[in-house]
Amino acid sequence: MSSRDLILGRVRAALRDAPVVAEVPREYRQGGRAVDVEVLVDRLVDYKAEVHRVSSAEVVGAVAAIVGGEAAVLVPPGLPESWRPAGAFVDDDLAPDRIAAADAVLTAAAVAVAETGTIVLDASPDQGRRIITLLPDVHICVLRTDQVVAAVPDAVARLDPRRPLTWISGPSATSDIELNRVEGVHGPRHLHVLLVAD
Amino acid sequence: MSTFLGMPATAPRGVGHLRGDQTFPRAAHDALGNSQLRRNLRHATTTIRGKSGKVIAELPDWQELRDAGSAIKADVMARLPELLEELEARVTEAGGVVHWAADANEANEIVTRLVRETGSSRVIKVKSMATQEIGLNEALEEAGITPVETDLAELIVQLGDDKPSHILVPAIHRNRSEIREIFLRAMPGVDPALTDDPPVLAAAARRYLRETFLSTEVAVSGANFAIAATGTLGVVESEGNGRMCLTLPDTLITVMGIEKVLPTWRDLEVFLQLLPRASTGERMNPYTTMWTGVTPGDGPQNFHLVLLDNGRSAVLADTAGRQALHCIRCSACLNVCPVYERTGGHSYGSVYPGPIGAVLSPQLTGVADNASLPYASSLCGACFDACPVKIDIPSLLVHLRNQVPHPPAERAAMAAAAYTMARPRLYANAQRAAKLARIAGRRGRGLPPPFSGWTAGRDLPEFPSQTFRDWWAER
Repeated sequence: MSSRDLILGRVRAALRDAPVVAEVPREYRQGGRAVDVEVLVDRLVDYKAEVHRVSSAEVVGAVAAIVGGEAAVLVPPGLPESWRPAGAFVDDDLAPDRIAAADAVLTAAAVAVAETGTIVLDASPDQGRRIITLLPDVHICVLRTDQVVAAVPDAVARLDPRRPLTWISGPSATSDIELNRVEGVHGPRHLHVLLVAD
Repeated sequence: MSTFLGMPATAPRGVGHLRGDQTFPRAAHDALGNSQLRRNLRHATTTIRGKSGKVIAELPDWQELRDAGSAIKADVMARLPELLEELEARVTEAGGVVHWAADANEANEIVTRLVRETGSSRVIKVKSMATQEIGLNEALEEAGITPVETDLAELIVQLGDDKPSHILVPAIHRNRSEIREIFLRAMPGVDPALTDDPPVLAAAARRYLRETFLSTEVAVSGANFAIAATGTLGVVESEGNGRMCLTLPDTLITVMGIEKVLPTWRDLEVFLQLLPRASTGERMNPYTTMWTGVTPGDGPQNFHLVLLDNGRSAVLADTAGRQALHCIRCSACLNVCPVYERTGGHSYGSVYPGPIGAVLSPQLTGVADNASLPYASSLCGACFDACPVKIDIPSLLVHLRNQVPHPPAERAAMAAAAYTMARPRLYANAQRAAKLARIAGRRGRGLPPPFSGWTAGRDLPEFPSQTFRDWWAER
């Protein structure tokens, strides 16, 4: 007997009482509530992310202001041209050490959740592979206000589970030493959100 | 007698970390004498309780979310066979390979074989209760493979040659100066001028682990959930070590208890609201990674999912006890438990400490192997209130206490008490006799043998000078 059959047999035997379960009550707040971008900003700042309100034409300037004009900024292949700093280098399957050597990475986002201060990346061409937002110490994320949803149910409804997803709420953090929150262990230690309203 | 091969079975002895070396009362007795441990624990649990209460209060629908979470989990248990088959089919379609492990030994064999097939002699690990439960690190080391824990707290535990003491914050029993000493002693290449400032200690771990992350080709993780309908797995974490392990290596091996499956993608909207707030007291944990099988060009190109029974089917077979499988490992019950706060996680002898450990461990191993754990509680009920999926831990403790073999003296005493209480005159006489006990059992003194075991861990209440009946009669 395979372990598969053994385990499934055991589980079926365990359920010989044939439990009947009533329908799941979903009385909690559903999706579709009005979005308050100020709540998102408040939550992001609470998580020690830095928020910059810019127009799409000001993205390049804002990036330069954050990391300096000479910085090596990594971008995914599908990032809109108008957002790319001069001299940005594109991830065309770069080796991890090249990615880690970047001063910063600049990406778009898929969706953001106001109530929790969460930004979700879904590896679309304007966000790139998961690795590029992981190794550089600074992650700058361009978020359009029309990508902001009110709460978690809205984000789950918008996302495609078949894509690799990274949910980010503030920069990397640990509370393992006497429960003191320390920003930055293994992921990017700095998260900047460029909030674009136009 | 023939055994039906499909009968639910408990976790095997001699492997993994579900059984302690001593009973809870004995271990707790030692822990209670450690004032440093009690100080660390009180500070930590008080801090988490405060944070958690604050962010839970922000959600007007917290109770409705708990109701939904509880019902989804009950539904999962009722439909577990079909959901597991569905998960297997979706993961396989997406390019993953699914393995089934009946117990800890088989899971360790599968993972060891898979690592060997990659040719790697080192694996990076994301903190995972399931792999601790089965003793995977020990099995890998025996096979000549080096497991490197990458969660900061797990690293502290591993370098300190220690055991985790909390589900969420495994090094909660250590303070900063102890952590500094562990790093200086056991972390290769550490700066000897290391201070005990938490950011400095975290930076030392970052430097130490970065090269390992970039050069190790195999990772082992657990999973917080797996969606049957889509084959999507998820890991929630804070530090980014999880993202490192789940993204950088060529091969990812995930070990997951069979109870972690969720029916649909939509169910995540419930658990992603419940888990972080109940667990770390955050609105959302800093990082959550979700993946479905293999994505060409992004992340590990070989994905193996090991579905682990190891006693879970035996828990499921107990219609009252099965709700212990609803646990999402948030550790909220630990942080509110007056017993845990004073005795610490090691006293429970299992990787699952605290109230949930007191009900889960005995069920996974069979109650006889963890007979003292159902008594490791004051039955105050705080754990039930705190549980985001409403597991009725106090009722489960009482349910399990009824399965523990009681010593003959206790059985005789309870039988005598029942006989007396059913007969009013006898009861009145007994109450009068109890006055004598005021003299016999003065404060600080326990009961004589064979009842001394009862009062070794408890203060004998002082009997009142007058019974209610006497008082009533005098009115």
